[in-house]
Amino acid sequence: MNRKVIIIGSGPAGLTAATYTARANLKPIVFEGMQPGGQLTITTDVENYPGFPEGIMGPELMDRFRAQAQRFGAECVMKQVTKVDFSERPYQVWVGDTLYTGEAVIISTGASAKTMGLDSEMELMGYGVSACATCDGFFYRDKKVLVVGGGDSAMEEATFLTKFASEVWLVHRRDEFRASKIMAKKALENPKIHVHWNSVIDRILGTRETGVTGAILKDTKNGSTREEICDGIFLAIGHRPNTDLFKEYIDLDSKGYIQTLEGRSLTNIPGVFACGDAQDHIYRQAITAAGSGCMAAIDAERFLESHD
Amino acid sequence: MAENVFEFTDQNFESEVLQSGSPVLVDFWAEWCGPCKVIGPVVEDIANDYKDQVKVGKLNVDHNQQTAMKYGIRSIPSLLVFKDGSVYNQIVGSVPRERITKLLEEAL
Repeated sequence: MNRKVIIIGSGPAGLTAATYTARANLKPIVFEGMQPGGQLTITTDVENYPGFPEGIMGPELMDRFRAQAQRFGAECVMKQVTKVDFSERPYQVWVGDTLYTGEAVIISTGASAKTMGLDSEMELMGYGVSACATCDGFFYRDKKVLVVGGGDSAMEEATFLTKFASEVWLVHRRDEFRASKIMAKKALENPKIHVHWNSVIDRILGTRETGVTGAILKDTKNGSTREEICDGIFLAIGHRPNTDLFKEYIDLDSKGYIQTLEGRSLTNIPGVFACGDAQDHIYRQAITAAGSGCMAAIDAERFLESHD
Repeated sequence: MAENVFEFTDQNFESEVLQSGSPVLVDFWAEWCGPCKVIGPVVEDIANDYKDQVKVGKLNVDHNQQTAMKYGIRSIPSLLVFKDGSVYNQIVGSVPRERITKLLEEAL
């Protein structure tokens, strides 16, 4: 199945690239991956996307992005790419045992919430450990929860969780937050929010049967440990780009972000373009992702014109 | 709701799920949950494919908190397979279709 354009990922970047390449009659296929619609599908109100003065729900916004791309003939499939080979054109993209080839490839695989890397955390993910307050906060009515992190997303999650939980404790490794002043102030002024400064989670307590029952916190200054009882633990310690699939071919920076030519979407491989959070560790907004998706589409279109 | 997809509630859970003669796949979901919207169509699709062997349905956790609490749901989407009145296996989060069908195959 040879295609002019294969798009990997379906957040604002991938679906904007799909709309543009579809309108250019390049008949793109979009592999939507594990989280069709991307990170915005686990948010609630999006208040800063231009054109929606009253705000819009994240999942609805992404449904609209998809509908717009499909209107011009983009094919969106709910499948996960498992392997690529960019050693020669047409580039090879596998979904399990099925091979697709593309004259050009646009990478828009985005980023995922980071985990702490604890065994107990993986064991209890979904059983009291969560990376999505908007999804799971509901189950913590009148319970006590910890939020790990010190950035804007930690402040946002903690504030959101006070709608349900009786107590929210931020667990932060330093003695001040990295979050913007306005977000930190809002969190700290909330009477339900408290902070464990200079602390990290050493181990999460509980089983799949009991759910999370607590955590062992470790003091980052003196190394002492203490047990903290809680019912849930929410992770907000940043994001990591979903680029492992490409590292054999595509130049990544030290944190795994795809390196693109300054101000463009070009990667080190001609005909492979990158957009959205997979290559942006600075802005990481829906609107910047969409903008870079448009750039990748135009770059791909020009590349195909000059190579066909 | 799609054909072949039941709506389970606190009221009918006993009769429709626990006393069912065949295995039952229950999708715990809510309106405000993005990943649930992703997995919803997959579950509906599976309901059609397995309609002769498995009963498939959804339970809205907003409206049926008793059942959600009883089964310790802490994260949605959660897919639970019930067999002979108890939980046979389960899976949390938005997962590929193959993992859900594997869950069902194990219960059959």
